[in-house]
Amino acid sequence: MTDKKIRVLVAKPGLDGHDRGAKVVARALRDAGMEVIYTGLRQTPEMIAEAALHEDVDVVGLSILSGAHMALAPRILELLKSNGQENVKVFIGGIIPDEDMPRLKEMGITGIYGPGASTEDIIKDVREAVKT
Amino acid sequence: MPLAKSVLEGNRLSLSRLLTQVENDSPEGRAALVALFPHTGKAHLIGVTGAPGTGKSSLVNQLALFYRKQHASRKKVAIIAVDPSSPFTGGAVLGDRVRMRDLSGDEGVFIRSMASRGSVGGLAQTTASFTQVFDAAGYDIIIIETVGAGQSEVDIARLAHTTVVVEAPGLGDDIQAIKAGILEIADVLVINKSDRPGVENTERALRTALGLAHPTKRGFRHHGRPMFIDAPETDSKIWIPPINKTIATDGTGIAEVAESIAKHAAHIRQNGEWSLRDRARLGSELESVLQAELMSQFFKKVQKEKYDEVLEKVIRRDLSPHEAIKILLNGNSDQEL
Repeated sequence: MTDKKIRVLVAKPGLDGHDRGAKVVARALRDAGMEVIYTGLRQTPEMIAEAALHEDVDVVGLSILSGAHMALAPRILELLKSNGQENVKVFIGGIIPDEDMPRLKEMGITGIYGPGASTEDIIKDVREAVKT
Repeated sequence: MPLAKSVLEGNRLSLSRLLTQVENDSPEGRAALVALFPHTGKAHLIGVTGAPGTGKSSLVNQLALFYRKQHASRKKVAIIAVDPSSPFTGGAVLGDRVRMRDLSGDEGVFIRSMASRGSVGGLAQTTASFTQVFDAAGYDIIIIETVGAGQSEVDIARLAHTTVVVEAPGLGDDIQAIKAGILEIADVLVINKSDRPGVENTERALRTALGLAHPTKRGFRHHGRPMFIDAPETDSKIWIPPINKTIATDGTGIAEVAESIAKHAAHIRQNGEWSLRDRARLGSELESVLQAELMSQFFKKVQKEKYDEVLEKVIRRDLSPHEAIKILLNGNSDQEL
C-alpha cells in the first residue's frame, strides 16, 4: 500500500527560454517526496491543461518570466475549469510585478513567487494547499 | 461502479482519476478494476526498454505519431511512461513528456507518467493494472516505456506482447551483447541515434549476439579462404528479432520499426504465443495479488508487537529468518526459544 503522493505539474508556458527556476523547483519538490511531472519549455496553455488532465495532478506550477502572465494565467485557469479540474491549485513563479499580484490572486492563483523565494516556503505552501 | 462506467464511456477525466486510484491501490480503484476486467484483452501491449539516454521517449513519441498519422485505422494510443522514484524521499521527476510534445492536442492519445515507487524491475507495481484500464477504455495500442534499464530490468517482457529494446552507438562492447538479460527479451531491436559514429560496431555486436542465438547461413574468410557455414536445421516458426536503425529526433526508420512490431504481433498471434503471453501475464498477476492478500491476512492475525519481538530476536541473531517465520506462522507462544 502506498500513501497518496502529491502530484505536481511543473510547466513553462510562453516563449522565454529560461527554465533554470522551473528545474530548481521541480528538484526541490522531488526532494520533498512529491511526484513532479516536468513538461519542458514553450508550452501552450492547451498543452499544459492537457498534461494536467492526463496526469491527474493536484498542483500546477507555472514558471513565467516573459511578462505574459496576465494573458497566460487566466487562460490556463479557464482550460483547467472546462476540463473539470477547477480543484487543481495553480502556483506561479517568475517575474511578476507587485501590482499584478492582487489580480492574479483574485483570478484564483494560489501562490506567487519571485526571485529569492525559498523552496522551503514553496514546499510548505504546496502541502498546505493540497490539504484543503 | 460509476467511475468504471464513465471510463467505458470514454470520459478522460474519469480515466485519469481512476488511474490515480489504481496507482494508490484504493478500494475504489480495486472495485473499478474488477468491473473493467471483462472488457480487457483487446489491446496490443508494446514495451519499450533500454539504457538511459538511448532515446526511448523520443522513439515512443515517433511511434505514437506514426500510429496516429500514417496508420489507416487511426488507432487510439495510450502511453505509460515509467521513471524512477527516489529511494530516499520517494519523490520523482517524471520527464518523459518533454520528448512527447508532438502528440499534444490529439484526443486519441493519452500519456500518463508513472513513478516506479520502489519497484526494481523497470516498471511500477501497478503498471500492469494501468494497461488493463487503458485496454478497457478502448485504447488499441498501449506503449509502456520502462525506467532507463540496465541489464536485468526485464519485467516488461512478462507484461508486453512485443518488447522493443532500444540501443544506441557507443554504449558498450560485444561482451555486453552476449550477457544475459535485456537483449534476450528483445522481440524487436532498435539502434537509435544511428547517425552517430560507431553505429556499425553496435550493429555488428548485436548481429553476432543474435547469430549465436539464431544461426543462419553465413560466409566469411578464414585465413584468406572463403568459407561458408550452413545454418543448422531450425524451426521456421522461430522469430528472429529484426534490427532496425532509427533517428528518433527526425523520424528516420520509424515506419520500419512499426512494421517489425506489426510482423511480430502477427507472428505470435499465428503461432499461439500471444495467448501464452496473456496466460503468463495473468498468471504472474494472480500470484502477486495472492501474495499481497496472504500478507494482509497474515498481518490481521499476527499482532505487530509479536512481529516486532520476533524481528528483534532475528536482529540479535537469536533466531534465523527461517526459524522466525515458523514461529510467526504457527503463532504459538509456547514454541518460543
